[in-house]
Amino acid sequence: MEYFLQQLINGLTLGAIYGLIAIGYTMVYGIIGMINFAHGEIYMIGAFISLISIMLLESLAGGSVIVALFVVLIVAMVLTSLYGWALERIAYRPLRSSPRLAALISAIGMSIALGNYIQLTQGARNKTLQPIVQGNLELMKRDDGFTVVLSYMQIGIIVTTIVLMAAFSLMIAKTSLGRAQRACEQDRTMASLLGVNVDRTISLTFVMGAALAAVAGFLVVLYYGVIDFYIGFLAGIKAFTAAVLGGIGSIPGAMLGGLLIGLIEAFWSGYFSIEYKDVAAFAILVLVLIFRPTGLLGRPEVEKV
Amino acid sequence: MPSTGKRTQASILPDSGHRRLPPGAIFKEAGLTAVVSLALLVPFVGFKIANRGGEQFLETRLPEVLIAAGLIFLGRIFLILVREGSLALPVAGGAVISVIGLFAPIPSAFIQAVAFTAGLVIIVRAAFMVFAARRRSSTGREFGNGFADGYRKALPWLASALIVFAFILPLMPFGERRTIDIAILVLTYIMLGWGLNIVVGLAGLLDLGYVAFYAVGAYSYALLASYFDFSFWVCLPLAGLFAGFFGIILGFPVLRLRGDYLAIVTLGFGEMIRVILLNWVSLTKGPDGVSGIPRPSFFGLEFKRYPAEGTESFHQFFGLDYSSLHRVVFLYYLILILALITNFFTRRIRTLPIGRAWEALREDEIACRSLGINPRNTKLSAFAIGAMFGGFAGAFFATRQGFVSPESFTFLESAIILAIVVLGGMGSQMGVVIAAVVLIGLPEYIRDLQEYRMLAFGAGMVLIMSWRPRGLLSQRDPTISLARAEGKTS
Repeated sequence: MEYFLQQLINGLTLGAIYGLIAIGYTMVYGIIGMINFAHGEIYMIGAFISLISIMLLESLAGGSVIVALFVVLIVAMVLTSLYGWALERIAYRPLRSSPRLAALISAIGMSIALGNYIQLTQGARNKTLQPIVQGNLELMKRDDGFTVVLSYMQIGIIVTTIVLMAAFSLMIAKTSLGRAQRACEQDRTMASLLGVNVDRTISLTFVMGAALAAVAGFLVVLYYGVIDFYIGFLAGIKAFTAAVLGGIGSIPGAMLGGLLIGLIEAFWSGYFSIEYKDVAAFAILVLVLIFRPTGLLGRPEVEKV
Repeated sequence: MPSTGKRTQASILPDSGHRRLPPGAIFKEAGLTAVVSLALLVPFVGFKIANRGGEQFLETRLPEVLIAAGLIFLGRIFLILVREGSLALPVAGGAVISVIGLFAPIPSAFIQAVAFTAGLVIIVRAAFMVFAARRRSSTGREFGNGFADGYRKALPWLASALIVFAFILPLMPFGERRTIDIAILVLTYIMLGWGLNIVVGLAGLLDLGYVAFYAVGAYSYALLASYFDFSFWVCLPLAGLFAGFFGIILGFPVLRLRGDYLAIVTLGFGEMIRVILLNWVSLTKGPDGVSGIPRPSFFGLEFKRYPAEGTESFHQFFGLDYSSLHRVVFLYYLILILALITNFFTRRIRTLPIGRAWEALREDEIACRSLGINPRNTKLSAFAIGAMFGGFAGAFFATRQGFVSPESFTFLESAIILAIVVLGGMGSQMGVVIAAVVLIGLPEYIRDLQEYRMLAFGAGMVLIMSWRPRGLLSQRDPTISLARAEGKTS
């Protein structure tokens, strides 16, 4: 029971991070109908910017830790969003009316280029960060000394994610930007005829997705304390799996899918084998797609001739 | 959309460029680009997380960022000028920047690279403008069609010439060891490209995990040879068979999915195979890989200086002096023939009912189903046959390297193979050849670029796609049609 609870906590933390990345995939897919293959790289860039800003602030010193972290978070979100914007501008906009495969190849190319850009400029070695947020709550103790631990960092991750997701859902539901996004998702041509600035809406969608990915990167740097230029690939695939699992195009679906993938991974590595934890996520994905191709919360897609 | 608006504006001929932007607007646009790129470059080029002696600290390289942003500003101005129709100044400026990047004694390799590429981009863009302008002004007829007709007529000659060239390559004066090694590599990718072309180009199934079948082929030869002492020639068909079998197993559950879903699931399968190879240590030796894989023999004649007791070696049998080149040349011909078989097979099967069903399925699945084609079996056959050729190529890879490890079968390989197919123009056999030479051969030759190779590779994929979204040689006409349809698109 205690062990189960601990895995549940770990899984929820991991799932929150996957969920944040998955939203970027699901929004882009919803609005332009393609996989933003470089989104994992955007998350990696967010993690690197966070680490660099933390180190920069450390060398300059000053202020309380919380304020400093908040500044880092804002810097990472802004700069990563800029990368997201530039990505759309360079790799997607020229190809918007082209065959889908062309856009996918362009995205894969961008993903390779961004990964290598970081590798070239930052080196291939692991980058580490000493834990900043320390301390934890002991929730439960078993007789043999096994304690269930909920660290402050984990609380921080889960709270941040919940707050962001709430703000984000509100934004989609209530603001004019959210309305424009939903309109573009339904019918881009019609939306543009009715005066929605489609280019701007799509750009902002990429920006929002990148900002959320930056938050995920920031949290990962603080939580694990180790990053390298390669983290984007696997995290990206799993987050995409999460988006598909939840039903691609659906934002609550992405959150749900992220949580599920995180939990599956945590329980799989806790109870079966840690080597095959990546296989578990894909196996689940295949099963879901076979039995429920639209995902858990997705709308069925009617194919018209 | 504004982007298309720009395109039409850009069609002004070089000599009639009256509609000039005011200098202020040009500076504003270029300034904006420079500011954005400055913000993009500062975090990664401006700062580096360096490790020295176990310590981790920040290194600053701010001057480089500023110079790069300045260069981008300048380059952007030239690009705008090209767009506005003036050519002489930008081309001269681009050339100067390029030359400075190449030869000036700048201490930073980064600045050199930026300067060189910036200059090159400007010149290429200008050349492209001239090309586009001439294309529009030459005849009323679309230039592309004339080119396509000419290409179609020249294709058989071109193909035969290429094949003849490929066969005499080792005999040519420049056919030295390095050239042949690169040629073997390029041919391996050509074969993989042709194999994947069956799946992606003909049947229209987006497969992002093709490397899985390559891995299955390589490992089945490696394991059969090291556990049971099977020879290469026995294993080659077996490897293809195994890979095809895997194609069916993997394909069966996923082929009802469409488009992007299929892509992501195949990607997942590709990763799964790699993770299994990595972790099934008792069979595959895990990350250490399988080494000591036997080399192929020429009808039982080994390529060894001193053959084992009672056997004869290749050079003894033919009375030649021993040379390590013999084996390389033999491998070269082996992969050449394997690749040509793939090509021949594909071209023949395209005209058979099954091949036509693939192409029909690619164009319209619902129509196919209405006409009584079983989509699942048809897709499955394309998947399995594509996988089989991947398996052949894998067995060849194993015997050439003498060593296989899961590291050779990452997602990047799948992406490269897919890029070769798509960049070449889906369904086009010649396109695969051109794309493989450009993507694999060229970077191998330019070793100086080694560091920047993958960066250039990724950027090249983006650029070629935005330049020609349908691939270098786009040809998507059905192999067989009732009458020549004009302007057929998807």
